[in-house]
Amino acid sequence: MSEITPIEPGDAILPGNPPTVSRYRLGTRVNHWIGAVAMVLLVLSGLSMFHPSLFFLSAIFGGGQITRSLHPWFGVILVLSFIALFMQFWRLNFWNRSDIAWTAHFGDLMAGHEEKMPEVGKYNAGQKFIFWAMALLILAMFCSGIVIWDRYFEHLTSIPTQRLALLSHAVCATLIILVLILHVSAGVWVRGSFDAMIRGWVTAGWAWRHHRKWFRRLADEANRQTGPAE
Amino acid sequence: MLENPYATNPNAASKNPPTEGFVENLGVHDLVRRSATASLPPPTRQLAPVAKLIDISKCIGCKACQSACIEWNDTVPEIEKNVGTYMNPHDLTPEMFTLMRFAEWVNPENDNLEWLIRKDGCMHCADPGCLKACPSPGAIVQYSNGIVDFIHENCIGCGYCIKGCPFNIPRVSKKDHRAYKCTLCSDRVAVGQGPACAKACPTQAIVFGTKDDMKKHAEGRIADLKSRGFEKAGLYDPQGVGGTHVMYVLPHADKPSIYSDLPDDPKISPVVIAWKGVTKTVGLTAMGFAAAAAVLHGLFARANRVKAEDDEGAKKLLDGERK
Repeated sequence: MSEITPIEPGDAILPGNPPTVSRYRLGTRVNHWIGAVAMVLLVLSGLSMFHPSLFFLSAIFGGGQITRSLHPWFGVILVLSFIALFMQFWRLNFWNRSDIAWTAHFGDLMAGHEEKMPEVGKYNAGQKFIFWAMALLILAMFCSGIVIWDRYFEHLTSIPTQRLALLSHAVCATLIILVLILHVSAGVWVRGSFDAMIRGWVTAGWAWRHHRKWFRRLADEANRQTGPAE
Repeated sequence: MLENPYATNPNAASKNPPTEGFVENLGVHDLVRRSATASLPPPTRQLAPVAKLIDISKCIGCKACQSACIEWNDTVPEIEKNVGTYMNPHDLTPEMFTLMRFAEWVNPENDNLEWLIRKDGCMHCADPGCLKACPSPGAIVQYSNGIVDFIHENCIGCGYCIKGCPFNIPRVSKKDHRAYKCTLCSDRVAVGQGPACAKACPTQAIVFGTKDDMKKHAEGRIADLKSRGFEKAGLYDPQGVGGTHVMYVLPHADKPSIYSDLPDDPKISPVVIAWKGVTKTVGLTAMGFAAAAAVLHGLFARANRVKAEDDEGAKKLLDGERK
């Protein structure tokens, strides 16, 4: 192979029977789930203010007043968590030529013919899309959210600016919820994905099926470190 | 307690109150709008629309209205520093629902310096932007007599009303995190009384009654002003917000903005309309469909599982590397 498939620290094939592949380190997983919990709390508290028919969701947090005061703090937790996640993931999520080929074969994937798909590294084009969509939308929601966080930043901006911030906060909220639904559905549909983010490792067959280039590179690494077996 | 004859047909504020006790006569059955509420039962009766008329030409800037407002609403505005203006406090606050705004204006036609004093406060729009923006059911209501009122126990303190208002009126308290503004003394109107400010005004620059009566009264005042050389005198009852239940007689009605930035043509911002309208409807629909599709896919689509040949392939690769 002309290009070396990149890997992340901690990625390795763990010998055993059957062999497994470590995919996400403990810190990565803990951070992911902190962000996930913050995201769910944001969605629930945010939706209660998004539409009157969902105002009842504010009861989960103990009423409208406390929902309104907690919502921005959930946002702060998510932003901090996502910054950490971004620092770990951004390099391997750069878009490249093979992602275009993968996207062109998206129909095969949905039809259950993953064997017809081009081989991919640690992240496929769909995962990269979710990563960048989340990054951009979280950034947009953070910026617009600060503008409408009246308790601390009321006098930082003019009212016309705050109106635009409210509109873009609502539009981005809709988009990020759609991306979130896509992310969770993909994780549920591709069996074994949740395991990667919960226990940290996947089976060798899973790595072969979904991220073959990444798996090949890890096999090469293992081979180079231990030397060829006798 | 007697049925209140004044609430359904209010008279001028200068009228002395009756001495008998009255049943409060402005309640939930009089609501025509309720924030974040889809189905509101129609009001059981139509009250006569009321209005407060503020005649700028008769105002002497004494601030008796502000004092009366503080007194009646039992608020305690912060004592501030004098920075060289009579305006005090420096802006509307959660504790100051009405404010005399002072502007010095040189009339370009005759080079006269005119001291323009405008009593600022909630305009009680027929189409209230605050109520449109409010996400909390029942935190903002509108009665059939036109009064727009904040129901504080339902307020969540988000400040959306501030963004919805075309006049920059509501203020959220940093103490209890609830929004405050002029109530048009709904609690006084409910028992047949006019607003405290109108009651206190020594020159009757502020008068209160049915909106029809106030328009008639304004006509007389405008005719008087015109006879004195204020050719552009007129009534400020902006139609962009469906008319208001607080109106001004302006000596220069062609230029409302000279009166401390009174909007020339106030209307609910198109951004607010887009936010509370199409964004919420389309957004909620899209999220609903996506969530339903995701659940159906999760339940019924064939899962993408690792197959025996994948395990085989992986094993072969690893064995191959080892050889």
